[in-house]
Amino acid sequence: MQTANILIVLLTLSAVAYYMARGRSVAMAQSLGGIRHLHSLPFFYGMRAAIWCSLPSIALLFLWLMFDEPIISALLIGELPESLQPTSAAEHNLLLNSIENIASGALSAETVDPALVAAAESLTGLREIGRSLLTAAVLSTAVLGMGWGWVKVSPKLRARQQVERVFRGILLSCACVAIFTTLGILLSVLFESLRFFQAVPLSEFLFSTEWSPQMAIRSDQVGSSGSFGAIPLFVGTLLISFIAMFVAVPVGLMSAIYLAEYATPRVRGLAKPALEVLAGIPTVVYGFFAALTVAPFLRQTGESIGLEVSSESALAAGLVMGVMIIPFISSLADDVINAVPQSLRDGSLGLGATRSETIKQVIFPAALPGIVGGVLLAVSRAIGETMIVVMAAGLAANLTANPLETVTTVTVQIVTLLVGDQEFDSPKTLAAFALGLMLFVVTLVLNFIALNVVKKYREQYD
Amino acid sequence: MTDLNQSRTEQIQRSLAKRYRAEKRFRLYGTMAIAFGLLCVVLLFSDIISKGYRAFQQTYVQLEITYDANVLGVTDVGDSQQVALGDFQGIVKKALKARFTEVAGRKAKRDLYGLISNGAGYTLRDRLVANPELLNQTETLWLVADDDIDTYYKSIGSKAGAFIGRTSEGRQNWVAQLVESGDIELRFNRNFFTHGDSREPELAGIRGAAMGSLFTLVVTIMLSFPIGVAAAIYLEEFAPRNRWTDLIEVNINNLAAVPSIIFGLLGLAIFINFFHVPRSVPLVGGLVLTLMTLPTIIISSRAAIKAVPPSIRDAAIGVGASPMQVVLHHVLPLAMPGMLTGAIIGMAQALGETAPLLMIGMVAFIVDVPGGFTDPSTVLPVQIFLWADSPERAFVEKTSAAIMVLLTFLIVMNTLAVVLRKRLERRW
Repeated sequence: MQTANILIVLLTLSAVAYYMARGRSVAMAQSLGGIRHLHSLPFFYGMRAAIWCSLPSIALLFLWLMFDEPIISALLIGELPESLQPTSAAEHNLLLNSIENIASGALSAETVDPALVAAAESLTGLREIGRSLLTAAVLSTAVLGMGWGWVKVSPKLRARQQVERVFRGILLSCACVAIFTTLGILLSVLFESLRFFQAVPLSEFLFSTEWSPQMAIRSDQVGSSGSFGAIPLFVGTLLISFIAMFVAVPVGLMSAIYLAEYATPRVRGLAKPALEVLAGIPTVVYGFFAALTVAPFLRQTGESIGLEVSSESALAAGLVMGVMIIPFISSLADDVINAVPQSLRDGSLGLGATRSETIKQVIFPAALPGIVGGVLLAVSRAIGETMIVVMAAGLAANLTANPLETVTTVTVQIVTLLVGDQEFDSPKTLAAFALGLMLFVVTLVLNFIALNVVKKYREQYD
Repeated sequence: MTDLNQSRTEQIQRSLAKRYRAEKRFRLYGTMAIAFGLLCVVLLFSDIISKGYRAFQQTYVQLEITYDANVLGVTDVGDSQQVALGDFQGIVKKALKARFTEVAGRKAKRDLYGLISNGAGYTLRDRLVANPELLNQTETLWLVADDDIDTYYKSIGSKAGAFIGRTSEGRQNWVAQLVESGDIELRFNRNFFTHGDSREPELAGIRGAAMGSLFTLVVTIMLSFPIGVAAAIYLEEFAPRNRWTDLIEVNINNLAAVPSIIFGLLGLAIFINFFHVPRSVPLVGGLVLTLMTLPTIIISSRAAIKAVPPSIRDAAIGVGASPMQVVLHHVLPLAMPGMLTGAIIGMAQALGETAPLLMIGMVAFIVDVPGGFTDPSTVLPVQIFLWADSPERAFVEKTSAAIMVLLTFLIVMNTLAVVLRKRLERRW
């Protein structure tokens, strides 16, 4: 049976288990004189049976699905004659792939080694056996669980406590998904990065200024220049982020101050959502805008005043990224400014300060930690932003601080290295994971500092 | 003494004027910042609309088509093999030759055949299969023009002058003739909404990408909403205050700020390379987007649960409900509107996301409209990215039009969230 069908059958069986156990508890209660003689409501007896029916069998199903392919391939390789035994991991994968292709008919059986054809046949056979075994095992587990749930129903059974414990466990495991995600990110980028650093020394990656990730597939290939110095990428990322912050911080901050301190409720009610529209626009739209409107405009303006502007300049990407970040900074700053106690304002105004003096000399210093936290979060967004730079910034790894030239960023390189077909052993693709690790660590540190600063600051006035 | 007082008052008077000027300036900066932000919104929208609104119309050319059995090589319309091999492009060419009899020479003829899209043959084939009696008959039909002709025709009479591009002088003449006889016109572009992707801009549509987005979002909401709500319930109602809970909370807050491309790396390394989920399918896209939107949904669900007043919980406990019953019977239903709002905002975020999907191979060129969770597909934002990279000029307007469709969806979702919040929000 297909996995989806097995799941549907399991669902039906659980429903059956629920109704049977529930009915049994009600019947038992009737002979005692009503359901108040039961320890739990009939619902819990039904749920208990349904859980017994579904949880163990689903766990079995997933364990099986996780391990059946590796076991089958190990069996297949073991069956092969000595001459065909793979000597490396790559050969191992290749062999499995060709067996797979013969089995599915994509590779003609006449042109290959008969041993492989035999392996393909046994692959099909093993898979069929595996399927039927799986179906039988899962369904019998489910039926056993259902029977257990039904048999154990008795007026004294503490069904509610048991069901609630399982529910709580499910809730806890859902909450732990966040931890597993972080762990998954760390492990996936860390392992591939370690493999990368075996091929390319860490010092070269961090301190060399030459980025040209062209690896030779064959040793005699022309045009291979595998140099992995990531400095130009870091500089490019910082340059674009700096331009973005140069736009976003003043504009975002001033609009937050205006909205919080000057605007009438009506203006605030209109302008705030209108600015937040900018936050809801997908980044790919900003990328399109940067590449097709802003970049040509900058190029033309530059030409008219005699400046050489690259058509994929850092300036275009940075400006548009800045626009994207404006609402982010303005809403964070708005929150912290509103959190400054009114008494500070009243005191300052009462001493005769004008509003702008109050803002500059009282409110701003009071809100500064929160604002710094918000700006740090914005920097981490700018560093990690992908689509705008992929579409509007270039691929050439220039080491320059001139915003009119083309630069490339960490995220652009991750995308270029990983889009399309890849071989997972080449330093070229592994480099993307090393860059991903850098990106993750840097943004993690920034976020951590920012969140702590914001949190501390909030406690100050509570 | 009076002298000194006077001079001080004067001094203050003078400095006061200066301070008021500074106040005015500061206020002006604020207004300018707001104005700049609003200007960006207006610029962005007007730029995209002005580039894209024409894509909803397509140039069609009227021709007299003869379903000549000799040219087609089809004798029996019921024979599917014959029909598949039939030279339908041939009858289009013949019709064009009949319309412009003066054209001679190989190059000019090839130029002429380029007036009509390559896809016209398929339209005619479908038409003949649906109406077999048309064989050897003649009818007048509107056929889709080539994208170069489309761009040229749409730009005639524009302020910047007609965009000629790859349109040769001969073609310009033929278009002028067609305009004169009324055999060329703009019609509603149905292909854009019913076709999948194509290398030919006049045949490319967003149906495939839209369906891909739909399937991906279904996977995302089916996973992220239950998991997110369950996690929020645990953290708000059951979690003991200890290190473990703190760790979970720190993780959630951090994940909300991790760049989305990192989730793509996770999907590539874990789901595709480790669990061998097939590439480029909505299933794996949905899994990655689930992990990405989960923090958003958890945070908003927690806020919704927090907003339920403790008196409700106390009352339920007072009449003998167990903690689980308090949550499931009382807190959850009351918090549901807030949770749904959060879920819709999370889905809007997922719908607009591109970067992680590039990592897991949803950038393939896929012509077929996907029909399930494991069919290779792409999504709307990725389609926009792909079209924006295409060199054909006609793709610029298609891209803008696709952006308009995407933004429409996003606006609808966000409005829905706002309306839902307003309608169902309860003040305690």
